[in-house]
Amino acid sequence: MNSNIRAAVIAVAFFIGLGAGVAQVAAQPAEPVVKITAKKFDYTPNQITLKKGVPVVLEFTTADVVMGFSVPELGARTDIIPGKVVRLRIVPDKTGTFTFFCDIFCGSGHEDMTGTITVVE
Amino acid sequence: MKKYDRRDFLKLAGLGGVVFASGLTRMAGAADRVAGQGGSYDDFYFVQLSDTHWGFEGPPNPDAKVTLKKAVAAVNGLAEQPDFVVFTGDLTHTTDDPKERRKRMAEFRDIVADLKVKNVHFMPGEHDASLDKGEAYQEFFGKTHYTFDHKGVHFIVLDNVSDPAANIGEAQLQWLAADLAQLPADANIVVFTHRPLFDLYPQWDWATRDGAKAIELLMPYPNVTVFYGHIHQEHHHMTRHIPHHAAKSLIFPLPAPGSQPKRAPLPWDAAHPYKGLGFRSVEAEVKKDEYVITELPVQKG
Repeated sequence: MNSNIRAAVIAVAFFIGLGAGVAQVAAQPAEPVVKITAKKFDYTPNQITLKKGVPVVLEFTTADVVMGFSVPELGARTDIIPGKVVRLRIVPDKTGTFTFFCDIFCGSGHEDMTGTITVVE
Repeated sequence: MKKYDRRDFLKLAGLGGVVFASGLTRMAGAADRVAGQGGSYDDFYFVQLSDTHWGFEGPPNPDAKVTLKKAVAAVNGLAEQPDFVVFTGDLTHTTDDPKERRKRMAEFRDIVADLKVKNVHFMPGEHDASLDKGEAYQEFFGKTHYTFDHKGVHFIVLDNVSDPAANIGEAQLQWLAADLAQLPADANIVVFTHRPLFDLYPQWDWATRDGAKAIELLMPYPNVTVFYGHIHQEHHHMTRHIPHHAAKSLIFPLPAPGSQPKRAPLPWDAAHPYKGLGFRSVEAEVKKDEYVITELPVQKG
């Protein structure tokens, strides 16, 4: 599943990237959206691949308690509020694999609630 | 009160261990004024235990049901007893069941009641307090942030865990500022807290989100030392002139910051039980604003 997700995200980013190029005549090209569901005690997906310099909107939902999403090396974090769709726009500025984690203590499995964002050229 | 020098202290610690000296030599005077003793002062020592995680079960510590009891016995076995004992959080291992949380706290309280030293200070870790904002903790152990004075040193206990987002919070920061404002500029100050106040390794949540604000408030005071837990290993760091000393755990050690992909517990070493676990004695040389830290094992061998 993870490799499929990775491939899918790259494909979306590539598609939108092409779209952005074409859409220079358009007003506001849509940015790729990666939907992430947080629940006790994991994220789905928990491995995400993005392209350096390509804006992306991470779209979070949770049906559980308040959770967090933090990836310090990319300077991004947000609260994830039950009942709301929380959007976080990021533009990865470096390549590498970066850990994200829940930074709001949410229960007995909190410390295992992690994932990775891999940023490629 | 007997006065110790460092050599005496190593003898009285009795178990041997690794010694780390921390602090800044400074002009004498503040300790006397804070203590109000007009030119006299006493060195003393205390014991720091941390991250006992009572209630934890799992392969990282197959001896979890007796580790805390052995640590209590080890403290009781010190040749000379400390002035006080402090537990720097994560007294209990977290549980999603409020009833079980209280059961663990009651069991922890009963076990540490066997300490010979009755002057014991507690504070919560995120495992104790983050799921109910410290409600159960306060039922058993009282306030989550407070101060006390001991022989010329002003001790400040900061709570950076009752907020599950790891904030100290504006209200507590204002309380801290008001407390510090009452002290002479050269007061001897020791801060106890659970999480690191500085960004040790945010990728593993080893930070306090607004910890920099607390450090900023402490920074004008030249004689400040911070002792904390949370990271399950000995660690020493300076934020300018302020040293921060992390203590070992009494349940399982964690890897060095960033040394492996995940902050998973280091595996139990059957050939060396209790490896990486321990507690520490801290000798306060008040007049020098110096703290001699001795790391001690749970058991000999």
